[in-house]
Amino acid sequence: MSSSAANAASVQRSTAARVTWRSRLHGATHRAGLIALTVVALLALYEGYNQLWRATGWTWPFPADDTTLPHLWTIFKAFADPAQVNQPSLFSVLIHKALFTAKEAFAGFVLGAVFGFALGAALAHSKLLQRGFLPYIVGSQTIPILAIAPMVVIWVNPKLPSGMQGWGAVAVISAYLTFFPVAVNSLRGLNSADPRMLELMRSYAASTWTVLWKVRFPASLPYVFSALKVAATASVVGAIIGELPSGLQSGLGGAILNFNQYYSIEPQELWATNIIASLLGIVFFLAVLGAEKAVVRRAPERRA
Amino acid sequence: MTEPTTVVSVSGVTKTFPRGNVTALQDINLDLGAGEFISLIGPSGCGKSTLLRVIGDLVEPTSGAVTINGKSAPQARTDRDYGIVFQDAVLFDWRTVAKNIELPLEMLGWDKAKRRARVEEMLSLVELTGFGDHHPWQLSGGMQQRVSIARALAFEPALLLMDEPFGALDEMTRERLNLELLSIWQQLRSTVVFVTHSISEAVFLSTRVVVMSPRPGRIAGIVDIDLPGPRSVETREDPRFFELVTEVRELLRLRGEHLLPEEEAAAAREDA
Repeated sequence: MSSSAANAASVQRSTAARVTWRSRLHGATHRAGLIALTVVALLALYEGYNQLWRATGWTWPFPADDTTLPHLWTIFKAFADPAQVNQPSLFSVLIHKALFTAKEAFAGFVLGAVFGFALGAALAHSKLLQRGFLPYIVGSQTIPILAIAPMVVIWVNPKLPSGMQGWGAVAVISAYLTFFPVAVNSLRGLNSADPRMLELMRSYAASTWTVLWKVRFPASLPYVFSALKVAATASVVGAIIGELPSGLQSGLGGAILNFNQYYSIEPQELWATNIIASLLGIVFFLAVLGAEKAVVRRAPERRA
Repeated sequence: MTEPTTVVSVSGVTKTFPRGNVTALQDINLDLGAGEFISLIGPSGCGKSTLLRVIGDLVEPTSGAVTINGKSAPQARTDRDYGIVFQDAVLFDWRTVAKNIELPLEMLGWDKAKRRARVEEMLSLVELTGFGDHHPWQLSGGMQQRVSIARALAFEPALLLMDEPFGALDEMTRERLNLELLSIWQQLRSTVVFVTHSISEAVFLSTRVVVMSPRPGRIAGIVDIDLPGPRSVETREDPRFFELVTEVRELLRLRGEHLLPEEEAAAAREDA
């Protein structure tokens, strides 16, 4: 090809890059605006229902009063007030607890994701293993996590170094929730490789490992990331629930248990805790979404 | 001119698929000389794609043997003696164009600098210089197929297997790529086995056209293409071109006319 044609191609590309950059910025502002608008609308809906039902005394589907629906400003004020006398603000307390839970959830997420993917990869390579194990893997998820949490705590804690006592066991409970979607989707994803790509690799006399690494693994990524998005929020739920039977007070689970007991007196504290817990889940989800955008290269219309 | 050395030798190859008890190939004998461009043509279900896959050791023959450069087909595959191009480009979405072409070179353990240099050569060979950083989905169907050809040729295999590589493209793109393929073939002097549905494509490209007939898949006849080279747009208007096209068509019709329509449909299903 002549150099002038090559120049034309490069000019075309840099123009394309500029347009993409600008349209991306525009897209980001657009999305941020949309999200802000949605949040405002939901808050308005909450407070609107609150005001109208209080004013009219309507009781269906449920009445609004200080216990069932604290005012928005009551909740936000609770963040600023000290949780207990002579202590830092509730917000600061909750953030610390959220960070503790985040540590458990993140460890559980990583543990569950690695174990889940390894399990999926093992099953993908053996129909026999698949038939033998898949029913039990599905069965494992029908056991309520609260029913197995005490056993996990007793089994796992003695084996952990002192720095991981308590939260390490919660991470394992969290991993119990996260490995399942990852295992099932990895299995599907690893088997989703185009048979013609496998034929091409065969023509190169590629080893099983090369095929796994160069074809099956990249082909599985859209599936794996769909699972990781589910696992991200599940890991937070798993960590919070795992804290309940562990008797841990340092995380959001402990806070929820605590504020539950005082709900009739100070409902806004449980509401505030729930807001922080859901924000933590959203942060986890967005982190996975960001990683997916960075890692998965796909035709735009084929992005999962 | 000296007798060309045999690159591919197919002797007594039979392939039956146990499911449905289909005889895809029956007693195929075929020798390919170095630098030959051979087309396999025939109706759906005649086993032409199966024969290509047997040569590439992607399908194992039930009986008979294939040798490539004097080696068994499995050995030749392990030694990476051939490059292959499918009907669809089969490019990896998650790799750039350059990375797609590099794939076989990675298998061969070439270092990065050597791979880069070869990719640039290949891109220029298929006239895609400057597109190395694109992703496959950003290219048209014809460009994608050119990338696929560049990938197959990147490690300079002496043998190129092509399974209806232009079948999914429009007529105009196909004719342009036909010319490009011929010019690449003339530069590299590799041996090509080319599967196609198109009579004119087969005649235009080949040194020999192998006409196959279905159920069971057999060689119905071989037509030597004695068109003068280098071939160009004018070749398609040469009276000799039309004579050869007619000859191939006659062979196809002679062997195909005993087929009832439902048999043909069944054969097409097996082919798919």
